[in-house]
Amino acid sequence: MLRYTLKRFGLMLLTLFIIVTVTFFLVRMLPGTPLANEEKLPAEIREQILEQYGLKEPLSIQYVKFMGNLVQGDLGMSLSQNGRSVNELLSDRIGPSAFIGFQGIIFGLVVGLLLGIIAALRRGTWIDNVASATAVFGVSIPNFVLAGLLSYWIGVKFELLPPALWGGYEYTILPSLALSVYVIAQVSRYIRTEMVEVLEQDYIRTAKAKGLSWSKIITGHALRNAMIPAVTILGPLTVNILTGSLVVENIFGIPGIGNLFVDSIMVNDYTTVLGTTIFYSVLFLSVTFIVDVLYGVIDPRIRVSGAKE
Amino acid sequence: MKPILEVSDLHVSFRSQDTEVKAIRGVDFTVGEGEVVAFVGESGSGKSVTFQTVMRLIPQPPAKIDKGKVLYGGRDLTKLSEIEMQKIRGKEIAMIFQDPMTSLNPTIRIGNQISESLIKHQKLSAKEAKERAIELLKIVGIPSPSERVEQFPHQFSGGMRQRAMIAMALACSPKLLIADEPTTALDVTIQAQIIDLLKNLQTKTGSSIVFITHDLGVVAEIADRVAVMYAGKIVESGTLDEIFYNPQHPYTWGLLQSMPKLDQNRDQELASIPGSCPSLVNPPAGCPFTGRCPHAMKICQEEMPEVTKSSSSHQVACWLQHPNAPEVKSPIEPERRWVD
Repeated sequence: MLRYTLKRFGLMLLTLFIIVTVTFFLVRMLPGTPLANEEKLPAEIREQILEQYGLKEPLSIQYVKFMGNLVQGDLGMSLSQNGRSVNELLSDRIGPSAFIGFQGIIFGLVVGLLLGIIAALRRGTWIDNVASATAVFGVSIPNFVLAGLLSYWIGVKFELLPPALWGGYEYTILPSLALSVYVIAQVSRYIRTEMVEVLEQDYIRTAKAKGLSWSKIITGHALRNAMIPAVTILGPLTVNILTGSLVVENIFGIPGIGNLFVDSIMVNDYTTVLGTTIFYSVLFLSVTFIVDVLYGVIDPRIRVSGAKE
Repeated sequence: MKPILEVSDLHVSFRSQDTEVKAIRGVDFTVGEGEVVAFVGESGSGKSVTFQTVMRLIPQPPAKIDKGKVLYGGRDLTKLSEIEMQKIRGKEIAMIFQDPMTSLNPTIRIGNQISESLIKHQKLSAKEAKERAIELLKIVGIPSPSERVEQFPHQFSGGMRQRAMIAMALACSPKLLIADEPTTALDVTIQAQIIDLLKNLQTKTGSSIVFITHDLGVVAEIADRVAVMYAGKIVESGTLDEIFYNPQHPYTWGLLQSMPKLDQNRDQELASIPGSCPSLVNPPAGCPFTGRCPHAMKICQEEMPEVTKSSSSHQVACWLQHPNAPEVKSPIEPERRWVD
């Protein structure tokens, strides 16, 4: 298990390196330069600014310097926000993003899990149909549409919750909800399918033959086995939350990292684009890493084969 | 012998949208205290369904108990509520299943799988249950049980898993043990070990065992009495000797003839009963074996034969038993030895 974990960790670092390198060169291909009102600037001032930010050096030198700083945890200075480092910008913005993200995924997991289990146990009844309809709905409606609808109906029309911006807790509900619907849909669908399959397994019959109660059988024998494949989708789900948050944060005007990312692309703020990309990549890679390790925890068979490797 | 389980006129069917499979069509039998009764018959004859009905393990729907009684300790198990059944399963009647590979939960430690029923039925604490689980593993012959108890099913070999299954079934000292083809998925050497184990445990505990199998060799090893099932009915039943040395039903003859002999010539083809079981969607009105029976008569097709007794323990349902039927001699050599 330890060897497997270390190997996975090494692969993760390699992936991160490739992402950073590719992004570094890709952002430079964006049309325009980081300079606002480029045409109006006198040539000397332009040169001076470029010099100051180290943008005049050959790209390869810039790359080496950037990587050098990155290893020390320094993401460089923002090109668009005067005198502020990317690290600072990220730490300022992480709070709101993390909050609505976590709230969204946890709410989605809990509701999805319950819905999936109930649908599997009440197969063919109206609850099952409602769950399938929710799943189809949740998977097919993009979350920016949903975010817009929620903001309009619940925020503007019925005035139940604030339609946008960032204030107290009530401002987090709609964005989290917009993010969680996809999670609910995916999780409930997976859990239902797996649960139906698991309930037909021989070991469920064995458990029943022991005289265990139905609730014991579900929680003690079925759920764990049904969750193994569902853990797989945790990775992609988190990615969905991340990418979804880019749009959802913009719609609700939340001062989060998604918002920062989109803004920085608009103004060619190379360092901030890179910084946020690295942030997202690290987050994504860690999630998949944790999910892989979790597998072993849930399913002892994987634990052992990993150790033998 | 005092009967522990009495099943009378049991009918079970499986319904889907437009078909109805009559899987069990009037089954009567008793299992006495301390007795080992073997149920034999080919796949689909209704052996497993009968006992999954006794345990109420068949999913209802699609299955439905149409008629009949399953008396255990004076109570009709078909009428009990699910909660009442939970107190019987595992405690009074336990079951061992065919495939030990799939019948154990892959994600739960063996010890915990054994402890579950102890905690539920005997109200033991988790610690006491674990100690008892170690004892049980020792009883069923698993070496270093205190380490094994912490392991997962995939760390056990096939034979050991079946031993663990037996330990699980024996945990609460049930009065009746139903073994549903417990050796089918195992190789021959392990089969013999498992049968020996069951035999020894039975002698020690004095519990009754129902042994479901299609292997007559196994039956000869373990059973006191034998019931032969075909197409949802018991066609012949009797003591071990009666079935092996004085079989009356042509289907029993066929089964016995299908057993390979040790001294059989190598290039001699293995005997089999031609044809296959009739569909139970529209079961035949007469004897279900008619189509495959070398001695079938006109009446066999039209009417189901009555059950006749040739001794107090030996019952057959065959028209050849009728006084007017032609004399047919059993093709089984009476000197053939079945048990060593």
